[in-house]
Amino acid sequence: MARRTPVPRIVLTSVVAWTVGLVIFFPILWMLLTSFKTELAAFSASPSFLFFHWTTENYVAVWTRSNYLEYAWNSVVISLGSTLVALAIAVPAAWSMAFSPTRRTRGILMWMLSTKMLPPVGVLVPIYLLYRDAGLLDTQLGLVIVLCLSNLPIMVWLLFNYFKDIPRDILEAARMDGATIGKEIVYILAPMAVPGIASALLLNVILAWNEAFWSLNLTSSHAAPLTAFIASYASPEGLFWAKLSAASTMAIAPILVLGWFCQKQLVRGLTFGAVK
Amino acid sequence: MGRITLEGVTKSFDDTKVIHGADLEIEDGKFVVFVGPSGCGKTTLLRLIAGLEDVSGGRILIDGKDVTRLAPAKRGLSMVFQSYALYPHMSVRRNIAFGLKMARMPKSEIERRVAHAAGILNLTDYLDRRPGQLSGGQRQRVAIGRAIVREPKGFLFDEPLSNLDAALRVQMRLEVTRLQKQLKTTAVYVTHDQVEAMTMADEIVVLQAGRIEQVGTPLELYERPANVFVAGFIGSPRMNLFEGPVAKRNGATTLGVRPEHLRVQPGDAVVADGCEAWGGTVIQAEHLGSDTFVYVDVPGIGTLDARCTGELRVQVGDTVTLLPDMHQLHRFDAQQLAMA
Repeated sequence: MARRTPVPRIVLTSVVAWTVGLVIFFPILWMLLTSFKTELAAFSASPSFLFFHWTTENYVAVWTRSNYLEYAWNSVVISLGSTLVALAIAVPAAWSMAFSPTRRTRGILMWMLSTKMLPPVGVLVPIYLLYRDAGLLDTQLGLVIVLCLSNLPIMVWLLFNYFKDIPRDILEAARMDGATIGKEIVYILAPMAVPGIASALLLNVILAWNEAFWSLNLTSSHAAPLTAFIASYASPEGLFWAKLSAASTMAIAPILVLGWFCQKQLVRGLTFGAVK
Repeated sequence: MGRITLEGVTKSFDDTKVIHGADLEIEDGKFVVFVGPSGCGKTTLLRLIAGLEDVSGGRILIDGKDVTRLAPAKRGLSMVFQSYALYPHMSVRRNIAFGLKMARMPKSEIERRVAHAAGILNLTDYLDRRPGQLSGGQRQRVAIGRAIVREPKGFLFDEPLSNLDAALRVQMRLEVTRLQKQLKTTAVYVTHDQVEAMTMADEIVVLQAGRIEQVGTPLELYERPANVFVAGFIGSPRMNLFEGPVAKRNGATTLGVRPEHLRVQPGDAVVADGCEAWGGTVIQAEHLGSDTFVYVDVPGIGTLDARCTGELRVQVGDTVTLLPDMHQLHRFDAQQLAMA
């Protein structure tokens, strides 16, 4: 008979979990509340939590003042584009490292990861100059390339960890059955690795959607995504907390909804292989 | 047709040589078993034939055509893996049909072949199940089905029965042999189980440390082992092998006698001229009813194992005399090779 968890323990873990959850979620909640306040209430020295004059004027102001849809479209193109390009490179890369490893595979993986340890600002000037000369500044393609490159190491690592738990025999059986490398990946590896590929994809979309450093430095108007849209509300004319909050809420809403619906997939993919 | 020829095939992993120049001729339609202890290179040799590993030297020919650099699927061989290696996300039907689909065969022909293979292997009722819903024996049948639908020139089996329990193993052993005889397709079968090798093979290839020690029919290897290793490896229980004055007296460095060729006589025995008789003490006796295995400590030789048909009433501590069949003694020289 399975042992029942004692009630005090359930209460304790629930309290701890809810507390941690609320602490993590609080900034988002505060932003959401602030977006419904007047600018005056948002600046108030003694902020009110729920009992204030609720208004949607900030959303209306933001919507009329700037072209939200254009920024959102840029965000969609850049995050999906960079993720799909990264996926097209990462799947074969992880496949070769997982199933045909050489003595240098571990080293290559570590080197790829080490590029994430370098602060992006360290390469800003050379990349800016390269982009300027290549005409990639303020273009969607430019951001797709730079975000694809910056997220590629994480994607390769995630997929590599997922793939290496897939039995090699199965891929060899496919090879004996006449599958080319491409068909082996499409018909055998990909369907078996759907959870891993899906979570790598989601994580990349989220990272690319929320990316601000490159977006702010390499775009100005045409290709500016939602992160640049938020930043435009922290302008030299003054800081408009309530409008900034409304803009931020509008910027993160799509990805928050996506994350909410895919959270199970995301957790499963990220923890796969950790426990046998 | 499915004649497989190996010419001086070598394989190295980095600086370690694992196959040292294998020469072998596998005739069309033969059931050939590669047998040897763990790490002897039998699976590597099979994978070289399959094309799943690249050869480091030498050539592999199938029906006289050099396939050394050819991709696995282009060699016209099918393989059954130890782990079954079924595609877990596909139904049994799609598992069996996968190779045919890759070969772009017409749908009607694929269906016909899958139905035929499923019929032969008693899988018709399971065609829409996933591998995860099948028992070990059924999974093994699917793996075999996947191999036979392609109507290959040869089957390659990599220890296919080692994951099954003992009873199922015996049953599948019979089924695989029957199927191969029915299809008349060349088969190369890897196992470390010499009983499997003896019962299934038309021809056995004994390997040790990446070298082919002997090739022959099961009875040839049993009756005329080429060297001490083959003598000790083929046959169960294994051959008694010993050196010393008794071996020397019989003109050999190492003398071998199989347990079934030793007669056990309680007490002392009168010996005819030119015959050997070795007196000793029983240190263990295993009574199986059909057979009795007697372990006897013989001074000057060591422990000898004797197999007697039927029940032999001996006990630990009894003094017995072992009488070897003089026509069944195996003599080996200082290089451990069989003497004429």
